[in-house]
Amino acid sequence: MTNPKLTLGPVLFNWKPERLRDFYFRVADEADVDTVHVGEVVCSKRSPFFDPIIPEVVERLTAAGKEVVLSSLALIMTDRELETARGLAEGGGVMVEANDISVAALMAGRPFVAGPLLNIYNEGTLAALAAMGAVRACLPAELAADAVATLAARSGVEIEVQAFGRLPLAISARCYAARARNLTKDGCQYVCADDPDGMEVETLDEVPFLAVNGTQTMSFHTMDLLGDLGGLAARGVGRFRLWPHTFDMVAVAALFRSVLAGRTAVAEGESRLAVLCPGAEFANGYIHGKSGHLFVEADD
Amino acid sequence: MATVSSTPIRPELVCPAGTPAALKSAVDAGADCVYVGFRDETNARNFPGLNFNRKELAEGIAYAHERGAKVLVAINTFPRAGRADLWHQAVADAAGLKADAAILADIGLIEHAHRTHPDLRLHLSVQAAASNPDAIRFYAERYGIKRVVLPRVLTVQEIAAVSARVQPVETEVFVFGGLCVMAEGRCALSSYATGQSPNVNGVCSPASDVRYTETAAGITSELGGFTINKFGPNEPAGYPTLCKGRFIAADKASYLFEEPTSLNTLAILPDLIKAGVTAFKIEGRQRGRAYVAAVVQAFRQGVDAAMAGLPLPDIDLDRITEGGKQTTGAYEKAWR
Repeated sequence: MTNPKLTLGPVLFNWKPERLRDFYFRVADEADVDTVHVGEVVCSKRSPFFDPIIPEVVERLTAAGKEVVLSSLALIMTDRELETARGLAEGGGVMVEANDISVAALMAGRPFVAGPLLNIYNEGTLAALAAMGAVRACLPAELAADAVATLAARSGVEIEVQAFGRLPLAISARCYAARARNLTKDGCQYVCADDPDGMEVETLDEVPFLAVNGTQTMSFHTMDLLGDLGGLAARGVGRFRLWPHTFDMVAVAALFRSVLAGRTAVAEGESRLAVLCPGAEFANGYIHGKSGHLFVEADD
Repeated sequence: MATVSSTPIRPELVCPAGTPAALKSAVDAGADCVYVGFRDETNARNFPGLNFNRKELAEGIAYAHERGAKVLVAINTFPRAGRADLWHQAVADAAGLKADAAILADIGLIEHAHRTHPDLRLHLSVQAAASNPDAIRFYAERYGIKRVVLPRVLTVQEIAAVSARVQPVETEVFVFGGLCVMAEGRCALSSYATGQSPNVNGVCSPASDVRYTETAAGITSELGGFTINKFGPNEPAGYPTLCKGRFIAADKASYLFEEPTSLNTLAILPDLIKAGVTAFKIEGRQRGRAYVAAVVQAFRQGVDAAMAGLPLPDIDLDRITEGGKQTTGAYEKAWR
C-alpha cells in the first residue's frame, strides 16, 4: 500500500474573488496537499467573478508543486454552460474533473478525473469511464466502505473518497438561497455569498439538518473520516478529498496528513479537528453503511 | 431558437403501472405505453406490494400488445458494486419477455445491455440526468439510446431546443404527478436522513422511516427522526417527502425547496407538443388504479384535443394530486 494522497476539492461556495485568491495563494504556499481543484461547480452565474483570476491561481499552485485540476459545473443546461464546458475540455494541459456526463464525453480519449457528482456506483460504470480516459474517480458520498473497496480493487483507476467537509447531496435548477429570501434565481442578487459555508437549514424543532449553497443542497454535518482513513487506505483507496470551508484548511490538511501517516492517533485527531472546526457537528454514517448524518465511533 | 417541424408528432402517452391491475386500467384508459418495474431494488419505485414478477410481466405484455400498447421496463437504479448480476438478469428478462424497451440510468448497465442485448430498445431514464444535448448524444452515439426522458429542470423553450438538436433521439417529458425539485438521480437527501436513497435502493423518503406523532397542538411528521412538517389539529397531515417539508432557513419557516404539490401540464400540452416532444410521461407507479385511470383518461383527452386543435378539456385533477396543489414546475420558467 502506497501512502494515500490528499486532494483539496474545489471551493463549492460563492466566495468573493479576493477571498478565493487569498485562499488559493495560502494553499499554494502552506497547505500539505498533493492536488488542488479550482473552478465553479455549483452555479454558472458566479463564474464571471472568479474566472479572471483562475490563470494566476493555477500558475501559483503549479509553481508550488501542486497538481491542479479544473473542476466542471455539475448541472449543465444552457448553451453558455455547454460552451464553457467545451472550453474547459479543450484545456491547456491542465487536468479536468468532469462533474456532468457531458464533460466526460467531451474529454473522451484523453485523461480526466471523474468527479463526485457523476454517478459511479459500480464496476461497470467505472470501467466504462476508464475506457473513456478516466484516470481517477472521486466516488459519490453515499457509498459504503464495502462498495468503495470493490471499486478500489479494480486496477487502473485511482479511487478518491470524500473525507472532510459538508457533503454535496443534491443539485437543482432552482436556487434555494434566493427562494429563502423571496428572490428569483434570475434576480438573485448573489445572496449565496452571504453564507460562505452554506446557509444552515433547521427542522421546525430547530434541529440542524441541511445547508443550502445556492442551487446545491448540502449536509449540515461536516463529514469527518479521520477514523476511517487507515481502513480505507488498506482497502485500496488512493486519495482523500477535503472540501474547502472557512475553517483553517491548512491546519485541517495537516491534521489529515498526520493521522494518515500515523503520527497522530485518531482519538487525538478527532479532538483537534473539533477545535479547528468550531460549531461543526461531524458525521461519517455513509461510509459505515448508515444514514449520512450519523457518526460512528472508531474502534480504537 | 430551434426550429420545430410544422407537422407536430403525436406524442405517445407513457403511463405508470405498479400492479397488473393498474396496467390493464392504463391500457383500457388509452395509454400508448405502460412502464413497469420488477419487484426488487432494480427499479426506482421499490415499494412493498408493488411491481411485477416475471410471470405478471409476461401476461401484462401480452395484454398490452393485444391492444396495440407497448410495455417499457424501468431498470433505473444504480447497480450495487459487486452485485450487478441482479440488474443484468432484469435486463435479460426484459429482453427475453419482449418488452418494447428498457429504461436505464446507469452507464455500466447501459453498456452491458447494449453489448449483450443488441435488439433491446433502450431509453435513458430521467435518473441519468442528461440535461443537455452533449450528454444525450453521448448515450446515443456510444450505446444506441433511442429516447431520453428529460430531467424536470428545463423550460419548454429549452426542451424544444434540446429536442431539435438531439434528433433522431426521441425526447420524453413528465406531464403529471410527483415532482422532484432536485435534478433526478443526483439527490442523496433521502439517504442522508434514512440510509436509503433512490439511486441505491429505489426509494425516496421510505415509509419504514416515517413517523407521525399526535399531540394537542396537532400532528408532527418525521423522516429518519427529523421533523419534516407540523400540521394543526384540523389540517390534513401530508406524507413527509423530504424536499416537500417545512424548514427554518434565513430566520423563517417555509417550504424551502417546494410545497407539497404535483406537476400538472394539462394546460400547456399544446406548447409541449410544439416543442417536438415524442412522449409524455405520467408519474405514479406507486399510485392505485383509480389514479391511473383518471389521469390517463384526462391526458388522453388532452393530447387528442391538442392534436386536433380543439380547446383543451377542463378536467379537475385536484382530488388526486399531492396536497391538492398543482404546478407546471420548471417548464414555465417559474424557477428562474
